[in-house]
Amino acid sequence: MHQSINNDFLQKAIGTPVRRLDALDKASGRAKYIADMKFDGLLYARMIRSSRARARLLHVAVPALPEGYYYISSNDIPEGGENRLYMITNDWRVFAEDTVRYIGETIGLLVGPDRNVLRDLEREIKISYEDLEPAFTIDEGLAVKGGPIHGEDNIFAEYNLKKGDPDSIFSGSYRIVEDEILTGFQEHAYMEPQGMVGEYKNGKYVITASCQCPYYMRKAVAGILAVDQEDIVVSQAITGGAFGGKEHFPDVIAGPLVVAVHVIRKPVQIVFDRHEDISFTAKRHPSRTRFRTAIDENNRIVGMDIDIAINGGGYQSCSHIVLQRAMFSVNSVYDLPNIRIRGRAVATNTFPSDAFRGFGAPQGIFACEMHMSHLARALEMDDAEFKQQYFVQTGGTTVTNGMIHEEVKLPEMLEKVLESSGYIEKNRLYAGEGAAKAVGISFYNHGGGFTGDGEKEIIKARVRVSRDQNHKVTIYVSNVEMGQGFQTTACKVAAKVLGIPLQDVFFQNPDTSVVPNSGPTVASRSMMIVGKLVERAARQLKNSWNDQGAVDAEEDYVQPPGIEWNSTTFQGDAYPAFGWGICAVEVAVDPATAEVETKGIWTVHDIGVPIDDLIVHGQVHGGVIQALGYGSLEKLEVKNGAFLQNTFADYIIPTTMDFPAVESDLVENPYEYGPFGAKGMGELVFDGAAAAYAAAVQKAVDRDICSIPVNPELIMKLRQA
Amino acid sequence: MQQITFILNGEKQVVSADPSSRLLDILRDTLGLTAVKEGCGEGECGACSVLKDGKLVNSCIVPMGSVDGAEITTLEGLRDTAEGENIISAYADSGAVQCGFCTPGMVMAAAALLRENPEPDEQEIREALSGNLCRCTGYNLLVKGVTLASERGKEKGIWQ
Ligand code: FES
Ligand code: FES
Repeated sequence: MHQSINNDFLQKAIGTPVRRLDALDKASGRAKYIADMKFDGLLYARMIRSSRARARLLHVAVPALPEGYYYISSNDIPEGGENRLYMITNDWRVFAEDTVRYIGETIGLLVGPDRNVLRDLEREIKISYEDLEPAFTIDEGLAVKGGPIHGEDNIFAEYNLKKGDPDSIFSGSYRIVEDEILTGFQEHAYMEPQGMVGEYKNGKYVITASCQCPYYMRKAVAGILAVDQEDIVVSQAITGGAFGGKEHFPDVIAGPLVVAVHVIRKPVQIVFDRHEDISFTAKRHPSRTRFRTAIDENNRIVGMDIDIAINGGGYQSCSHIVLQRAMFSVNSVYDLPNIRIRGRAVATNTFPSDAFRGFGAPQGIFACEMHMSHLARALEMDDAEFKQQYFVQTGGTTVTNGMIHEEVKLPEMLEKVLESSGYIEKNRLYAGEGAAKAVGISFYNHGGGFTGDGEKEIIKARVRVSRDQNHKVTIYVSNVEMGQGFQTTACKVAAKVLGIPLQDVFFQNPDTSVVPNSGPTVASRSMMIVGKLVERAARQLKNSWNDQGAVDAEEDYVQPPGIEWNSTTFQGDAYPAFGWGICAVEVAVDPATAEVETKGIWTVHDIGVPIDDLIVHGQVHGGVIQALGYGSLEKLEVKNGAFLQNTFADYIIPTTMDFPAVESDLVENPYEYGPFGAKGMGELVFDGAAAAYAAAVQKAVDRDICSIPVNPELIMKLRQA
Repeated sequence: MQQITFILNGEKQVVSADPSSRLLDILRDTLGLTAVKEGCGEGECGACSVLKDGKLVNSCIVPMGSVDGAEITTLEGLRDTAEGENIISAYADSGAVQCGFCTPGMVMAAAALLRENPEPDEQEIREALSGNLCRCTGYNLLVKGVTLASERGKEKGIWQ
């Protein structure tokens, strides 16, 4: 693409595609990821981990180490430092001390110059435990099997929501339909495994990491060494995919790493191999959602009683916030009367669950969509026909009794999907044929940004945009490029405001000693929230464009007017704006083998205004295929507390051969408080496809589907039932 | 340890290595060719793809013993050629590059395909890339990228 073409968006719509700024470096192999970077005198570290799910840690016998090798443990935390990671919650420890809570918990680090020697030494470390009775499932956690892991009841968090008057409904004489929907663990499977390097430079601890949230990491580890946050510098390395897996979990690596750097004062690298990365990193929370739905004599929903439980694993980390989003998403795009929602995040002895694209919404939405489709089946109606009766409208009420402020374009979007997928005609035809074929459909939305007043009260994002003497512009934010394209789209926003070519705008990987804190790269907030601040800062800069010398413009987050939220009662507008989506999936199920062939995938999304059509397209494809993996292929089982699948040979993610291309369409719906009208979209595009797939198979095999992954094994089982 | 002689990116290379050591480690650690990525180390992801005597292989499961006398091409040897540049820019222009970690391997896979079959259809492209995992793109824009490379390469006469 010529530079002039790359600047077409200056004359045309902002969404006019450009060649991504990072594309050539990455595609030519010149981009250096953390494992590609050179450091003088680099040492390597291997994590020594618990092999027991729940035990007293009695003794760690470390062999005599050769010269230049170190064993680092909680004993090396300096005076005044804490054996604790300051993550969203502060319960996760840097090193296990007297007990272990899950298989893979960090006990120590072996550090030295030769990775083969480290591997041999690791085998010589003998750890003695006294096993305790573990709890692995949500039910075992709730039953406090083996005694409490957390508090007295293993409940990390419990919340209750009420909309309307559910009590009166369930004491009435309505028909009650009960349901239970299950989702399992999911592995992020970013292609670049976790990795970082720690150094001690000029009196500061410098961590160069594959990560999403440099400022989170800084805060998480400073207290371990009893130093100020400014004494920790986190610099983001080019990051080979993250999907939430590099949101908090890298803190669990950085903690032990800074202790090692503190002791050894040499650069130390930790890079996981794939086996470690699948076995010993956080996953998506498994969930169990129970519904009791009251239906009146006109076949209308008159109330719902919902109980959500998610498996948080051994430490809380962000489980309570994931739970909140699961609860806020469990009515998805429907405005239903008389709702009660109880949510609990449960402690168990599995690996702690953590952030993963969607952050609870995929679980809540999958449960909602499947339950709604089960109601439709019970009432002998078509899914789409049944569900659209309850579409929320502008001014409608959410489960937190907040209001939908924006225009809801679901009816227009539905028309588009029905047409592109041929949903009605195909389903009619296939039903008549009795063929094991069907088109399934799902509806979903995703609130952009932090929940409630989190942006205003907790994050308080600040950005800086600077223009130097040569009229080159640099964007300073703490949000990272991790594959989603934010480097390019942020630069487009600034270039478009300033009316200057894209090649005059720069965005470097953030370093906490250089960039202001514009918050973490999470919650579909980078463009909608931080991009808006970049837009505003660029406008400010434009006004002083002709000033002498270099010019800086800073902007701080301002909450859009009209947003009301009570963070104690969870009442009001949980999100300022939503992305909306519809996904249709066509399947054919082999009558003999129960193998499913996906014949077509159609989506329509409302993401406000796209900042780059091609980047948005890429997000839609990637998100939908990742969700179809979740819905159909990706089985991650736990046996005695360990993940049974731990390679790409047994944890199967989609390849080129599994799914056809996604036909993706957009409707424009500019959001006043987003840059050029953009809303969040990175997670939205993950939220719905698993349910569309399951609904398609459900229709094709004529059995209710209540869990994912929907694989041939499950289909066989359903057929036999 | 053994002396192993091979052609690397068109030049003779002699390394002393354990014959059971992985080609991937020799390329990355000994020779500093970091366009070759390690995504799994088990032959499952294709991030470490190189050409061995013109065939696409996963260098993480190629023992050095088998490299003696072979011809190895990594992305470093391809990226500045008309053939390599064509694929790289086609991926870039198609929006096929997201986090980029799989992309070097995807370039090698496309090169191997287009040498054999300069005008592949979608199914042939999907088959040729099926040993390379990508978690970001959902593959569609990668497939489009290979199609674009094929069209442009034909115009430029790259495979004549
Ligand atoms: S690293 Fe060689 S195939 Fe994955
Ligand atoms: S672009 Fe990220 S794995 Fe392919």
